[in-house]
Amino acid sequence: MSSTPANVATHTAGTVCDLVGNTPLVEIQRLREGVADGVKIYAKLEGFNPGGSVKDRAAWNMLKHGLDEGSLAPGKTILDSTSGNTGIALAMVGAALGFPVTLVMPANVSIERKRVVTAYGATPVYSDPLEGSDGALLMCREMYEAEPDKWFKPDQYFNEANPEAHFLTTGPEIWEQTDGAITHFVASIGTGGTVMGTGRYLKSQNKAVQVIAIEPDDAFHGIEGLKHMESSIVPGIFKEQELDSKIGVATDDAYDMVYDVAASEGMLVGQSSGAALCGALEVARQLDEGLLVVIFPDFGDRYLSTNLWMGWKNRKQTRKQ
Amino acid sequence: MPVEVRIPTPLRKFTDGADTVPVEGSSIAELLDDLDKNHPGLKGRICEDDGSIRRFVNVYVNGDDIRFLDNLASPLKDGDEVSIVPAIAGGTRSLS
Repeated sequence: MSSTPANVATHTAGTVCDLVGNTPLVEIQRLREGVADGVKIYAKLEGFNPGGSVKDRAAWNMLKHGLDEGSLAPGKTILDSTSGNTGIALAMVGAALGFPVTLVMPANVSIERKRVVTAYGATPVYSDPLEGSDGALLMCREMYEAEPDKWFKPDQYFNEANPEAHFLTTGPEIWEQTDGAITHFVASIGTGGTVMGTGRYLKSQNKAVQVIAIEPDDAFHGIEGLKHMESSIVPGIFKEQELDSKIGVATDDAYDMVYDVAASEGMLVGQSSGAALCGALEVARQLDEGLLVVIFPDFGDRYLSTNLWMGWKNRKQTRKQ
Repeated sequence: MPVEVRIPTPLRKFTDGADTVPVEGSSIAELLDDLDKNHPGLKGRICEDDGSIRRFVNVYVNGDDIRFLDNLASPLKDGDEVSIVPAIAGGTRSLS
């Protein structure tokens, strides 16, 4: 018999991957101007995942599928393109499972990103910053095609294990946390995995749940992690016909909302959370009653060196005048 | 010899798809005006109404962020390369 106390296993995780998911819901208390009393808005704080974002769910599920199918096996290197959180998630899960990871990212990703992924032992490869995340995607594709046997490419934009992660975890968590009372689900689109998979689960429980996607209002935007669908390579996993609606949010509004969420709700989040809450409030203001759940994909500390926070105090004062 | 400006993908509809365009100007402010003269509407996507650079847009001269140079007054000389980069993938002091 092991000398480990008998109940340790029930109180500990096997690897950090076992801690992915089960994130909390918190009510938006003050940022609800123009919202009827009968409408509640809850944010799901995905920053509580061990890698710090919602992308841990997709990364872990895609790698699990690879292991189950045998396409991810000893000797392979995990390769994907990412401008941020998926890279961190793959680097973390790869390290926990003992696989090397190579990530293609635009050269102008923030210094925090570069340091986090390299701290996890991943190798970054930089693509042309002017080509954005699509440029990284295409470069990654070329690298894969040149040496297909070397890599395991999860391909978050086209891998059904991405939305499935949310069908299996995010959706059921929200259903349980709201006791089945959710009426509207709001999530921003990066790959579309979160909104597709969670939306599918919620609709499987109650067809009436409205699923609303948030995107930048323009191709030229600064909302990190989000895709403007009309001008982008549309991810294979994104099925617009399954959505009830799609709302475009301006970069300035998303940034301002980030400042407000920090100062009024005590949550420092990233710009995609700001965008998502802008969209959720737009929906909420049209309702007499309802229960909205909005995804906050990550916390804001990994954006402190970016444009979002550069000179923000001056901008905030100008805006308030 | 003019200054070469690198245009990001989402703004290439203003430059008939060109990824670089030649522009005249001895400062970033002059460059933006000349850019708009040859490609009407482009400056409005890069700048606020008061002429300042929009907060999510980064402009680099030979790889250095103009915020750490002299902003709109940053001087340009023949052969410089200017890049206009949305902050989608975060901000950084230099492109290299």
